[in-house]
Amino acid sequence: MRIGYLLWVLAAWATWSCRQENRLTDNSGEVDYNYHVRPILSDKCFKCHGPDANTREAGLRLDTPEGAYAALKDNPHARALVPGSPKTSEIYLRITTKDMAQRMPPVEANLNLSDEEIWIIRKWIEQGGKYKPHWAFIPPQKTELPGADGGWVRNAIDHFAYSRMRSAGLKPAEEAGKEALLKRVSLDLTGLPPSVEMQERFLKDKRPDAYEKIVDELLKSRHYGEQMALDWMDVARYADSHGYQDDGLRTMWPWRDWVIHAFNQNYSYKKFVTYQLAGDLIKDRSTESILATGFNRNHKITQEGGVIDEEYRSEYVTDRTNTFGKAFLSLTFECAKCHDHKYDPISQKDYFRTYAFFNQVPEKGLFGTIDASFADPPNLKIGREEINGILNFIHKKDTADVYVMVMKDSAGLRKTHLFERGNYDTPGVEVTPGLPEQVLPFDVSRYGNNREGLVKWMFAPENPLTARVWVNRLWARFFGRGIVATTGDFGMQGDLPTHPELLDWLAVDFREHHWDIKRLVKMMVTSATYRQSSKVTRKHLEKDPQNRYLARSSRTRLKAELVRDLALSSSGLLNLDIGGPSIKPYQPEGIWEKSTSGRGSLARYVQDEGADLYRRGMYVFIKRTVPPPNMLIFDASNRDQCEVNRLSTNTPLQALVMLNDPVILEASRVLAQKMADRPSEIALREAFRRIICREPDPRELKLLTGFLEQETARLRKLKKPDLLKVGEYRDFPVKEYEKTVALMYTIQMIYNMEEAIVRI
Amino acid sequence: MKEIIQDRLNVNRRHFLGKAAVGIGSLALGSLLVPDLFSGKADEAGLPLGLPHFAPKAKRIIYLFQNGAPSQLESFDYKPALIQMAGQDLPESIRGGQRLTGMTSGQKSFPLVGSKFAFQQYGASGAWISELFPHIASIADDICIVRSMHTEAINHDPALTFMQTGAQQGNRPSMGAWLSYGLGSENQNLPAFCVLLSRGKGNGQGVYSKLWSNGFLDATHQGVLFSSGDNPVLYLNDRDGVDRRAMLDKLSELNHLGFEESGDPDVIAKIAQYEMAYRMQTAVPELTDLSREPDHIIKMYGPDCLMPGTYAANALLARKLSESGVRFIQLYHQGWDQHDNLPGEMVGQARDVDRASAALIKDLKQRGLLDETLVIWGGEFGRTNYCQGNFTRDNYGRDHHPRAYSIWMAGGGVKPGVVYGETDELGYNIVKDPVHINDFHATVLRLCGLDHEKLVYKHLGRRYRLTDVAGKVVPGILA
Repeated sequence: MRIGYLLWVLAAWATWSCRQENRLTDNSGEVDYNYHVRPILSDKCFKCHGPDANTREAGLRLDTPEGAYAALKDNPHARALVPGSPKTSEIYLRITTKDMAQRMPPVEANLNLSDEEIWIIRKWIEQGGKYKPHWAFIPPQKTELPGADGGWVRNAIDHFAYSRMRSAGLKPAEEAGKEALLKRVSLDLTGLPPSVEMQERFLKDKRPDAYEKIVDELLKSRHYGEQMALDWMDVARYADSHGYQDDGLRTMWPWRDWVIHAFNQNYSYKKFVTYQLAGDLIKDRSTESILATGFNRNHKITQEGGVIDEEYRSEYVTDRTNTFGKAFLSLTFECAKCHDHKYDPISQKDYFRTYAFFNQVPEKGLFGTIDASFADPPNLKIGREEINGILNFIHKKDTADVYVMVMKDSAGLRKTHLFERGNYDTPGVEVTPGLPEQVLPFDVSRYGNNREGLVKWMFAPENPLTARVWVNRLWARFFGRGIVATTGDFGMQGDLPTHPELLDWLAVDFREHHWDIKRLVKMMVTSATYRQSSKVTRKHLEKDPQNRYLARSSRTRLKAELVRDLALSSSGLLNLDIGGPSIKPYQPEGIWEKSTSGRGSLARYVQDEGADLYRRGMYVFIKRTVPPPNMLIFDASNRDQCEVNRLSTNTPLQALVMLNDPVILEASRVLAQKMADRPSEIALREAFRRIICREPDPRELKLLTGFLEQETARLRKLKKPDLLKVGEYRDFPVKEYEKTVALMYTIQMIYNMEEAIVRI
Repeated sequence: MKEIIQDRLNVNRRHFLGKAAVGIGSLALGSLLVPDLFSGKADEAGLPLGLPHFAPKAKRIIYLFQNGAPSQLESFDYKPALIQMAGQDLPESIRGGQRLTGMTSGQKSFPLVGSKFAFQQYGASGAWISELFPHIASIADDICIVRSMHTEAINHDPALTFMQTGAQQGNRPSMGAWLSYGLGSENQNLPAFCVLLSRGKGNGQGVYSKLWSNGFLDATHQGVLFSSGDNPVLYLNDRDGVDRRAMLDKLSELNHLGFEESGDPDVIAKIAQYEMAYRMQTAVPELTDLSREPDHIIKMYGPDCLMPGTYAANALLARKLSESGVRFIQLYHQGWDQHDNLPGEMVGQARDVDRASAALIKDLKQRGLLDETLVIWGGEFGRTNYCQGNFTRDNYGRDHHPRAYSIWMAGGGVKPGVVYGETDELGYNIVKDPVHINDFHATVLRLCGLDHEKLVYKHLGRRYRLTDVAGKVVPGILA
């Protein structure tokens, strides 16, 4: 109890000091509107005194200087904000008054201002109460590289990182050891652990550019495309079923194969996005670019007989609109569907103007009930000719045609109306295609009024969001968290960038270098910042437990798919095929059957056999209503809607998966059988290197051999047959049965080490 | 009373305590289990005091979800006028522009149809209950029937999602996840939120894992699927020949070496998770083994309760889980979607659930647990008072009806022996005391001691509630 209390105090102190330190970043004592004030106003005031005109109280608006400086509607002698004078500013008086009837925020809002927040508001007013535009809506500009320790920095990234960590009182960590570095970069770039052969090769390579050479090798690997595509599957809410209650089969996997192809070919981000958003409209469109538009058809589609067609059609358009906002602009568009956005300058009209771009598809809300179609029109037929020709990246074994849903605009513009309160059956004023003005005005004469115009707007040099959003998302995957931690929200309520100049420098640099993704990736993974050790010291825990200031590398748990890949790859079971129809691996019995409506081809789970059982995690069949349970337990998305950031949790159910999922057991068995006839120590060393990607240290090796001996003795007494019967992969004959079982258990223990599924 | 939850769970518990509290893995930080709010030791895990908002009545919830929407007109909302007016068209004045599903929108007429099953009054309140539910009728004095539930959704997926998450669309946390988040867990060996599935022979609608999703909350609040039988929790059972304890001891030593090297407190949290998994492996099979229940209990729930996967088995298992401190137990019984062949199918569906539902109430009562356990019985919407498809003397069907439907609740601070709300004489519109889904959620939270406007979680810049932006507690059903 006492310890608990102390910890609570410690935690509370840490929270406060962290915030304090964050707020008062510059030493001048200057309170900054964007960094200090707006987060408070936005979180506590804008809901009633912000952009949404319909719910604005007392006619007072605090998100614009005009609103705040103006005379109050109900008391023309007073003003909300009098620059330099907190004592005559209604804002300050109302947040400090003891009269609870006058107090802001009102009691019923369940919001409170802390003393510290009140202090910041006072300082801000004293210093002139100046407003600034929201940082994310100001186009990024390159600033000069800050000075840094010349012996440490390797590229531009490091200049910014160095300066920031120093101002937080931290120093760079030493470079990670070669084994750790190789494991990290191999997992980051291909999603697979480095083979023992690669480990040996890298350890022996003493050339100064050995690491760069490995990076180049990994960037050329065809698994790079898979790894990059993995995150995009969440963004694009890719799945193998339609969703909703009957949840029938769909065939969008050729689209997924295209994404892998696009990353492997290093399509520029501009091409990657243009194909997906407007591949059916661009001048040089091709079957390939039309296939890419499947992105906007990955949303759920109902097959529930009896739904109202128009309700669901509008639901699909809504999904596309929301996904567009979140995926490409990191804005919470969905908040502006029923009313003006409460925090960000996205009006309900803006929402429906954006909606209008996606509202032109000749589609139905309900095309037919289950199994009416695996790909509702408009769709693209892919036959043998295409696969032998332009679409040769599609992995298809049989010769049957496959249909993929794609985008198309109807001839003539479908009228779009704003929906009152967001309801499809209460249309309001008519709107024309457009985008939020405050991000960047949409000039129809310049861009045109279809999705191609929308893409042009996105890639206009003055668009403040496009490059930042993508750079930040890539950053998050290599550094454990985004420069803007809320990778899906660059709006007022999102987190502020920890390294604003770095984000802007990278964004401009990316645009200037033709949106070249591999170049950007390479810059990140060859930086000294990336190459730091991830060892956590007491100082780190005190000053920066969340690693905001990058004075070390981040340890992150592998994604669900990669946990599977690690087991299959390290045991030699992995089938390295790329793409193709999704596969159905081992799954506990009855899961689909228990929750199905009983209709359609997915009512029963029919497990695959042979080589298909050993495909990578990203090819595991995703039935939306019943996603693979071992993946969900490791925080995989159910692909219900666009997701840009998976949680990473740690639960006992994850331990149970590692202990009893046949994937892990089979990998342990096969590895044990393959090495059973070698001396114990050599076998364990080899297994350890395959799984943990480094040599075990002597203490670890002793523990492992000790356990192996202990288990061998126990099993000899137990005399139980058939303990090696796990999984469908063929048996390898072994001489000593009990020792092999014991080796299997020991290897399984290695898989269960914390380090095994952590990118260190 | 601000931001309680956000700070409490994300910042303090996970990031700070988790990271700073090196070497105190014994406190099981970052576990599946959020510390119990009612233990009085909330400060131990760095939780700000102040929860609950009210003195809680219900400590645990068992939600007997009747999936597919059972007809209120053949169960708890007696409408003799429908029998007299059978075959006559539903007057447009009563329909009042209600939109129709695609299944009946093409129908030329909407012939009213009365219940084929007889009703009788039961208990002190004189509640009308149909002959399909004799056991539930026998507990009429213990339950509160709400005949005035209404929703906006007319299709299963959005309606179910609405009922379970407070919104028709989107990936929001389900009720169980909210309760786990708000109240924590009572049992260190079991998850706070468990889900049990069963299926009747009637026309079925699927259930989806998103219904027990944690949404944007931490995955520790995700519902965990349980079942009676040999494999109660996925991946729980070790294979033959394994000495789990020996392995975990050695694994812990290895991980401690790893911690020395990495210095990352997550390693310690991981060790604690393996210990928790082990405790689950020990506790769960014992708990889910129904074969050792005494005869009188088996008799109460009926012989089906010994068949794994039946509604009766799940009801009994729900009692055991609840008794062991599981905060929220969600049952789904599928097969209640009677678009046609309603009389035939409802007999079977009712037979599946009637006895065990009533047994659960009696069982909790005899153990003195009913007062602190809230039991809810009901579906996602109601069914139309007119016939879908061919109307014959013996057979008929009913389409989806969002404007009025019936559920019942018992225990946990609910007023017993009450019938709340009323529909018009044709059972189409509510004429008294409507209860919207948001109101229902607000009331359930209130019974658990939580203010629905204060149980918030900030996600992507917005504060979310189970009740979204609406909801009023219904005082008329509070004891």
